[in-house]
Amino acid sequence: MRKILTLLSLPLLLSVLLLSFTACGEKEEGDAPTSDTIVLNVYNWGEYISDGSFGSYDTNAEFEKYCKEVLGKNVKVVYTTYATNEDMYAKIKSGAGTYDIIIPSDYMIDKMREEGELYAFDPATSIPNYQYVQNTYKNLFYDPENLYSVPYTYGKVGIIYNKTMIDEEDLSKIEAGEGSWDLLFNEKYKGKILQFNNPRDAFATAMFYLGLNINSANKADWEKALKLLSEQKALVQGYVSDEIFNKMTSGSAAIATYYAGDYLIMVEENENLGFYYPKEGTNEFVDAMCIPKDAKQKELAVEYINFMLSEEAAIANATYICYGSPNTLVLESEEYADEMGEEAMAVLYGQAENPYPFDPMYHGMTGGEMGEAGIQALMNGYWESLKTENAIELWVHITSALIVGGVLAYAIYSLYVKKKHSRFYRKREGTKENDKKA
Amino acid sequence: MRSAAAAPHIFWAALFIVVPLLIVIYYAFTSPEGGFSMENIFGLTDYFDIFLLSIELAVIATFVCLLIGYPMAYFIAKAEPSRQKIYMMLLMLPMWTNLLIRTYSIMVILDDGGFLNSLLGTELHIIGTKGAVIFGMVYDFLPYMVLPIYTCISKINKNMWEAASDLGCSPIRVLTKVILPLSLSGIISGVTMVLVPCISTFYISQKLGGGTFELIGDTIERQFVSGTLNVGAALSFVMMILILISLWVMHKFSDGQEGGIVP
Repeated sequence: MRKILTLLSLPLLLSVLLLSFTACGEKEEGDAPTSDTIVLNVYNWGEYISDGSFGSYDTNAEFEKYCKEVLGKNVKVVYTTYATNEDMYAKIKSGAGTYDIIIPSDYMIDKMREEGELYAFDPATSIPNYQYVQNTYKNLFYDPENLYSVPYTYGKVGIIYNKTMIDEEDLSKIEAGEGSWDLLFNEKYKGKILQFNNPRDAFATAMFYLGLNINSANKADWEKALKLLSEQKALVQGYVSDEIFNKMTSGSAAIATYYAGDYLIMVEENENLGFYYPKEGTNEFVDAMCIPKDAKQKELAVEYINFMLSEEAAIANATYICYGSPNTLVLESEEYADEMGEEAMAVLYGQAENPYPFDPMYHGMTGGEMGEAGIQALMNGYWESLKTENAIELWVHITSALIVGGVLAYAIYSLYVKKKHSRFYRKREGTKENDKKA
Repeated sequence: MRSAAAAPHIFWAALFIVVPLLIVIYYAFTSPEGGFSMENIFGLTDYFDIFLLSIELAVIATFVCLLIGYPMAYFIAKAEPSRQKIYMMLLMLPMWTNLLIRTYSIMVILDDGGFLNSLLGTELHIIGTKGAVIFGMVYDFLPYMVLPIYTCISKINKNMWEAASDLGCSPIRVLTKVILPLSLSGIISGVTMVLVPCISTFYISQKLGGGTFELIGDTIERQFVSGTLNVGAALSFVMMILILISLWVMHKFSDGQEGGIVP
């Protein structure tokens, strides 16, 4: 009886669960009960929009208001976030989610464009506010004809250093605008240097320092970079990603390389930190707004992108995100410059102080003859060998060989014994049956 | 009746265990273009050192766990029942905090110029060494070693203890001749439950190893992030085979013992 009850309760439980899910869904759309509400799905990086927290401008709510007042439409923005380009790509590609707006980085736009995943909305004709986008950020490699994307933010990699932990000579060099990647590879700072913990960015630092093309299709170039990185390994305190915030603000490390926008967050906590763009050049990324080809609300998505470029929204977002903005309305705004402060403006837009022009050359890997996949594999392999270098002692090799040998011998032995056993039992059972018959 | 009651479990296992497993195997044996290929598996020789390093650290960590965990379980099991509850709760207490947070705070505490170093006024370099990774593994997985051993020892009939001493065994010989053999199944379970997560861990090595070396879990994660799915799947597949082999070896050791989690 009890069993039957449990069985009966299972579907009941399931239906209750389902009901509660649907109830949630209804609640979400509850603020606009009319049936003509249009849902716009926006898929963006985490912490990448001014969302109304801490009294800031609530971009999505303002857009809904704009739709109602100006366009006369009831729109509900459903906003979700991702952590990496690859997460977003996997979701779109597998069809697990349909979105109307996505904001991928340059190399990912390039890839998705080539695979036909993006909708060509030709911003120059469809988006009036596109005129405010700086020309520098048009016709870039990922979208040469400007059909698929509208730049949202950009950022550059530079070197973050602790002023109290590096010596006079280097400080005066940096102040003279002669700061170089050299600091990352300098023996003086052994154990105080932080390097990127991903192969693409780490190899780029070495290749910029050596004056090589970071998209080189030449194996020898990658070997040179590997050699430099393996020399650097003895000097490095760690290969880091988000731990960098803690390590730099607490003074655990003296020198690191990371994005300018993130430096601005660190310097708020430790005023001894400084930042410069190396004279050899550095890499730059652009994140741009795109519409997937399967979007359901393409027209409204275009409207959304136009809204994001409008003065109030663009300034609010640039202030909130702390990355560079390609929007002239933002760049010319005094309110924005005041809000950000002089140092932040110099860090984000300080090309003039750097004698070398920035190339947006941090492209997706093109790779020539080897092809992108070939370079990716080569680089991953080199990265592996960098990490495993000198990591294993001889005795580990010897003991593990002995253990594997022992296990193999034992396995063979036990298989042999089993066979013997089973033969024995079969025989015995055979005799038993014979006994019965008898 | 029984089969109907099992249906949800079968459905669950199929959806979340069998199907993902098949997907992993599919990717492991196909090339990025989609055709059948053994290249991913054969290419794994490049990762030999990483496998070895992961196994080395995991074995050391498991051994340390056993060294610390066995006496701990022994004393908890021998304590008064009211005390036992308190000790068990203390043991489980750290597990109320998420593993990622615990690991991250170890990093902050032991870092160069971190809490410990500024407290002692020293310049100890701990984070970024193998020792730190082993420490993290032991810290995070110790309860998994203590629990099964504790259960096993507390199930041993107290009369055995008394009988052994009555018949003239010294306390040490009671331990080695009676308690240790009877708790072997607990040891096997504990070793399995610590060794397997240690081998495949990725967060601990990333944060406490300072990224200066990679374990197999890190490599698999990076393969998936950088889009070389097939290599990542091949690594996971070989990893599973290795774990299967080590479970089989342990099963051989625990032959005839009950209470182990190994089939």
